[in-house]
Amino acid sequence: MNHDELDAELDSFGDALASATRVTPGNALRPEDIAVGGAKPSEDVARYALTLGDDALILAQRLSHWISRAPELEEDIALGNIALDVLGHARSFLTYAGLAWDKTEDDLAYWREEDDFTSLWIVEQPNGHFGVTIIRQLIVSVFQHLLYSKLTESADETLAAICAKAVKEVDYHRDHAIQWTIRLGLGTEESAAKMRHALEILWPYVDEMFQDLELHRKLDGIAVLPSSLREAWDKEINAVLADSGLEIPKTGQAMANGRGGEHSEHLGFILAEMQVLARKHPGASW
Amino acid sequence: MSQQNNWPLWEVFVRSSRGLSHVHAGSLHAPDAQMAVRNARDLYTRRNEGVSLWVVKSEDIISSDPDEKDAFFESPQGKDYRHATYYKASEGVKHL
Repeated sequence: MNHDELDAELDSFGDALASATRVTPGNALRPEDIAVGGAKPSEDVARYALTLGDDALILAQRLSHWISRAPELEEDIALGNIALDVLGHARSFLTYAGLAWDKTEDDLAYWREEDDFTSLWIVEQPNGHFGVTIIRQLIVSVFQHLLYSKLTESADETLAAICAKAVKEVDYHRDHAIQWTIRLGLGTEESAAKMRHALEILWPYVDEMFQDLELHRKLDGIAVLPSSLREAWDKEINAVLADSGLEIPKTGQAMANGRGGEHSEHLGFILAEMQVLARKHPGASW
Repeated sequence: MSQQNNWPLWEVFVRSSRGLSHVHAGSLHAPDAQMAVRNARDLYTRRNEGVSLWVVKSEDIISSDPDEKDAFFESPQGKDYRHATYYKASEGVKHL
């Protein structure tokens, strides 16, 4: 029985099989599809895809730390869900980037050093308390939603396809972060104070997200100039904070250069934990 | 950890993408209705597209009393004349 026949048969069962565990990927592009059928990207496109993949990978790693530690069972599942989505985006971007250098997603995730990673500083910041994680999600998911929306029109078909799938998921991450920002901002005195604290410690890493690089300029029509997203991002964040009784803090900006491989003290620890098994058993398959 | 008391229980009804009606899928805790819908999505639909979700505060559901089952549900028993199948079609009647 081929795949289509199986699908038809499953369809004929209707609701009896429509369980919560049945995966229905639809026509979404999967990392496996990119690995076997993807057109090889140019060096520049690969480096650009790598920046997007690194952001997603490090954020997924941070978020997965919440599993079993969230304030409520339902929220544990929500954060786990978001971590899984983001890891999926990382897999697609890294798989695509790797085609340029004959490397797999695993090669790129487990066999690069700290200064090879091109992720933004915001994603490697510690989870802190729940409010810190929510503000980090707010900052990043609003940014990613704007970015992926624009990238669905990229002249690079694979990037456009990856982002067409990712943008729907990031839209939900954004909604989740906004809902919690409002609830915690307008919650108790303590929850509002914690949200103000979260904004203060994370705000220094905002500007870095919007820095244009030579790489972005070279990829006209393929990449999105980060600076072009700033206005829409400000507008959206301002609206959410206004609804939440919160304000933009007056903290300065960090001298962050994650895209250039210069990271805060946090990334090394993340990588040490993430890569230990792969490096202990080189060449193992799992 | 007495936070649980602040999060009411909600009942979740799901209509899956090929389903005809909403079916009770389970329950969950959430601080309010909006969060309950989002949590229900994560817990009970795995985000399959084309589903519809209803959440209802458990306390808003009035159920029949199990102790009164006899009086409540057994009245049709032995009253076949309540059902159309009890009646024979008269001869000569078409299209019945």
